[in-house]
Amino acid sequence: MIRAFITCVTLFVAMPAWAEINIKEVTSPGGINAWLVEEPSIPFVALEIRFKGGTSLDAEGARGATNLMVGLLEEGTGDMDAQAFAKASEELAAQFGYDSHADAVSISARVLTENRDEALALLRKSLVAPSFPQDALDRVREQVLSGLRSDLKDPDKIAGARMAEIIYGDHPYGSAGEGTIESVSHLTREDMFAAHKGAMAKDRLFVGVVGDITAEELGPVLDALLGDLPETGAPMPGPAEVDIMGGVDVVDFDTPQSVAVFAQNGIDRDDEDFFAAYVLNTILGGGGFESRLMTEVREKRGLTYGVYSYIVLRDLANVYMGSVSSANDRVAQAIEVIQDEWALMAAEGPTADEVEKAKALLTGAYPLRFDGNGAIATIMVSMQMDNMPIDYIATRNDKVDAVTVEDMKRVAGELLTPEKLQFVVVGKPEGL
Amino acid sequence: MLRRFVCALAMGAAIALPAQAEDQVTDFMLENGMQVVVVEDHRAPVVMHMVWYKAGSADEKPGVSGVAHFLEHLLFKATDKIESGEFSATVAANGGRDNAFTSYDVTAYHQRVAADRLELMMSMESDRMVNIRLGEEEILIERDVIIEERNQRVENNPGALFREQLNAAQYLNHRYGIPIIGWRHEMEALGLEDALEYYGTYYAPNNAILIVAGDVEPEEVKALAEQYYGVIPANPDLPERARPSEPPQTSARRMEFYDARVAQPYVTRSYLAPERNPGDQRGAAALTLLADLLGGGQTSVLSQKLQFEDKNSIYATAWYRGTSLDATTFNLLTVPAPGIGMQEAEDAMDAVVAEFMETGVDEAHLERIKMQLRASQIYERDNVDSVANRYGRGLTSGLTIADIQEWPEILQSITSEEIMAAAEMIFDRKKSVTGWLLTEEEAAQ
Repeated sequence: MIRAFITCVTLFVAMPAWAEINIKEVTSPGGINAWLVEEPSIPFVALEIRFKGGTSLDAEGARGATNLMVGLLEEGTGDMDAQAFAKASEELAAQFGYDSHADAVSISARVLTENRDEALALLRKSLVAPSFPQDALDRVREQVLSGLRSDLKDPDKIAGARMAEIIYGDHPYGSAGEGTIESVSHLTREDMFAAHKGAMAKDRLFVGVVGDITAEELGPVLDALLGDLPETGAPMPGPAEVDIMGGVDVVDFDTPQSVAVFAQNGIDRDDEDFFAAYVLNTILGGGGFESRLMTEVREKRGLTYGVYSYIVLRDLANVYMGSVSSANDRVAQAIEVIQDEWALMAAEGPTADEVEKAKALLTGAYPLRFDGNGAIATIMVSMQMDNMPIDYIATRNDKVDAVTVEDMKRVAGELLTPEKLQFVVVGKPEGL
Repeated sequence: MLRRFVCALAMGAAIALPAQAEDQVTDFMLENGMQVVVVEDHRAPVVMHMVWYKAGSADEKPGVSGVAHFLEHLLFKATDKIESGEFSATVAANGGRDNAFTSYDVTAYHQRVAADRLELMMSMESDRMVNIRLGEEEILIERDVIIEERNQRVENNPGALFREQLNAAQYLNHRYGIPIIGWRHEMEALGLEDALEYYGTYYAPNNAILIVAGDVEPEEVKALAEQYYGVIPANPDLPERARPSEPPQTSARRMEFYDARVAQPYVTRSYLAPERNPGDQRGAAALTLLADLLGGGQTSVLSQKLQFEDKNSIYATAWYRGTSLDATTFNLLTVPAPGIGMQEAEDAMDAVVAEFMETGVDEAHLERIKMQLRASQIYERDNVDSVANRYGRGLTSGLTIADIQEWPEILQSITSEEIMAAAEMIFDRKKSVTGWLLTEEEAAQ
């Protein structure tokens, strides 16, 4: 049940009516933990299953193995080939999504109440007993290679790849989880079995479930679905040493609009100043149309369609990043404005009015995130992976509201390093 | 008159799931001709407030392409009551998110906020329906913004440039052939008068649909809508929505497009196709199922033959979007595997369609597709915005509420014979546009 009314009224910007999310912690008979929200009003269940580690667990010399492995989970299991598996899931109208990124392998499933057990039995086969047939490997490999070739000619991808290299160097975060054309071309079935064993184990498993299922029903369902996975997987890589020095790095690429990304050192979620930094970013470049960067670069000067900044919290590194794109003859000006705004905020911090507005945006927008079973399941998994308490949702807005203007002026000075703001520009920028 | 639909249609025992979803939808008309649709979902105290204008890029005059989208940007500037930028700032200060979009047939504005902020949204949205105040200077800055938007979406993306050329080849006479964002040279010359002329012609309550979805009661929405939108006079000179139609196509059109930034070549084919029309949706429903059979995922005919059996394609698909005011397209695409030439890839794609015309529909496959369509109605109930968008798209494409609600049932009732008849009608090479997107190396061969 996702609903209850508590209408809070304050003086200027009232806290909107609040949706109560009633999360239950479930431990299966076999010892698998999950967070559950029972929501019986629509006859389906959304499951979000994550394995911490993701593509950063790739073995030496097998870059891209985890990504390709995840792409093959639905391509064969037991006596079912890819076609048989797809037909079976279509007959049940089950929706399975398999994805990976630098910190996790994620499985998203939506199954109907009327055939839930059958659908989850099918999902189980793909998670626990994939067969990685050679013909499927070759077929999906070609799709990955096609994507990698396209990435080499995509200015956004080129910019992201170059920035990752600068920030993270040899750490797994420094290269694409999809691998390289060279590494993916050499991946074998053995690499797939090894990647599966390494990445999808119970010692790194997190589960969120929302929908038409009770806590009593969920326990046995979890054991049946995930109980046969190995207990332990591959060792986690160590943290990335991030020390961004600043500068402007230009990658020459013939295209009319330059794509720029920028980055500096970030802040940890557990840092006592994290919420001050979070509100600060909302004012500087995270808050949509109203942010300072959007106002100065887009609204006042028409230099871009969009400019954004974002605090990036990865499991093994924290950075503060942003992006902008602007015609080749105007991108230098856009970058100058961003540098000026970065320096101005570091020197003076935000105004009291800006802080109030940003808090109102953040606290008001927070309940809007919980807008469906799948969305809530995803949020609950992220909370578990980030070690948050189960009552975090109810306390989060208080943490935002507790930030003071004085805190923020201090944090702006400490966090923002305009002299160490690194830019990567892809295009034919003039004057850089 | 307030009509309330809570539809639950009993279906035959063979079908486990309802064909008609229980859309909690109410609709009514204000006296000035503004239509209102309310979609109820009381699970969370949130509301989506949207105004859809029955005007898009295909309603523009010749010579000012992009003006519909330009005006959409300008609606975030000043009105008689608020300053430039204040609209979005107010939504944000109330913890909401707002945006807008323009397409061929519609321009829509929407805000997602706590349900108790609905009145504030209505007061601001109704204000900018008729009261914008624009200065020359901000017009010029915003024109730079939309040109950067075009740079980002189109000029920096060879696939988008290719699709723009294909569309232009597909439509000789209808403005679906002109990009929504506009041709660059015409965007560069857009002025205040162009925007205001479009605004004065199309932005009026009798050309708009209000859709409110979420934790609201229809009676409450009706009272607020009458207060804020109901007082705006209708535009008596609203033009009829009659656009130039396409002449019969008598010759296949072909195009090769190359760009140094293309990494992955592909072949695409489009056929001019009928759209969903009020009271006449069976043909479009058959084409929808045909596209699913040919291109809907791993077990589709194109994917199975080209990717799995012959292995000459790394991705093959088909699609059809029937919700459109005027004639739409049915599309095929194949991405050749390494070592497969463009002609070979195209021939293989055509051979699969030809074989399908011989063997016909696999009934088990059709049943799987219908099962998924039924289930999608259950999954969609988890996302009230998606329901709201479905009504908005349908109503701005000339359909009625009844048409939109009958659609799922029509899809379920389509037979293999109707699908094959639709295929016979659509697959006429003389009525097609074929495009090859090429790398520079292939173009040099």
